[in-house]
Amino acid sequence: MHEMPVTQSILDICLKHAKTNNVKRIYTINLVIGEMSDLEDEWIQRYFDYLSKDTIARGARLKIRRTPVVLQCRSCSHRFEIDIKKIKDISSCPECEGEDLCLISGKEYYIKDMEAE
Amino acid sequence: MDEVRLIEIKKDILSDNKGLADQLRMRLKERKTFLLNLMSSPGSGKTSLIIKTIETIKDRFRIGVLEADIDSIVDAQKVASTGTRAVQLRTGGFCHLDAPMVAKGIDAFDLDELDLIIIENVGNLVCPAEFDTGAVKNAMILSVPEGDDKPLKYPLMFSICDILIINKTDYLSISDFDMALLRTHVSKLNPEIKIIEVSCKTGQGIDDWTDWLAEEVGSFTGKP
Repeated sequence: MHEMPVTQSILDICLKHAKTNNVKRIYTINLVIGEMSDLEDEWIQRYFDYLSKDTIARGARLKIRRTPVVLQCRSCSHRFEIDIKKIKDISSCPECEGEDLCLISGKEYYIKDMEAE
Repeated sequence: MDEVRLIEIKKDILSDNKGLADQLRMRLKERKTFLLNLMSSPGSGKTSLIIKTIETIKDRFRIGVLEADIDSIVDAQKVASTGTRAVQLRTGGFCHLDAPMVAKGIDAFDLDELDLIIIENVGNLVCPAEFDTGAVKNAMILSVPEGDDKPLKYPLMFSICDILIINKTDYLSISDFDMALLRTHVSKLNPEIKIIEVSCKTGQGIDDWTDWLAEEVGSFTGKP
């Protein structure tokens, strides 16, 4: 349900950037979303199509690049990607077997850029 | 016709909300009022924990409660029956609270009369995790009957909280909930998180929770 305010926020930010860059039409919006965030591609596009229909972003495609969940070992600094669904199978660093791990990526939630004219 | 250009934006999608949340935190700091955001699934014991908390620390801190509920005032009435100031925010179908909604709710309180405001967020482990409310600390409850696999299903929520309260520990003896496994999963997502086990029914562990809260309130507000 929170896709609606999120989509509105994406549209607002893009329209603001469009204004300062004298953009007449927005074609593509590139988003970077971490694997830990729940954001359904199909729904966000549908909401966007609805919210943007009377703006210069009408018909624009939202392209989402998913960034993986990456853990870092605090003992040996080794970084490794994990599948969030399989986190229960991971208990230690694959390099040194250290158990003090921290999350360094996977929560990204930003607009990278847009293609426009 | 102009050429298609690539315009760099590099902006957090929810940056406006984050900015408003930061403003609210500054306002609370000036007025020496601590704001706690309490989140969980429906039925895990948010209202019960709030009532236990009020009973335990009401002599030390002046407390207010901001109740979010989709469309009812049941929780606000329960809290108000303890003599605590409760404000009901009807989210009207919204699944979460954001900073503007919370700021509006906070306006209904006299901050000079309060040391601590607890937000009882909408019962939901997904949406509230994405939105900064302006709270100083985020707390979540997981109750034993919900199961020890919840960090795998709702990783973001577990990763953004400062403290996890495991409620309904009185059910542990009749449940296959694996506390050690839960702690391992949670600490992988969030090594800094504090985990406290309580039972609002028996009162076990409530002091551990209120000790943590009292220390946080004291260090933020400068009030002993």
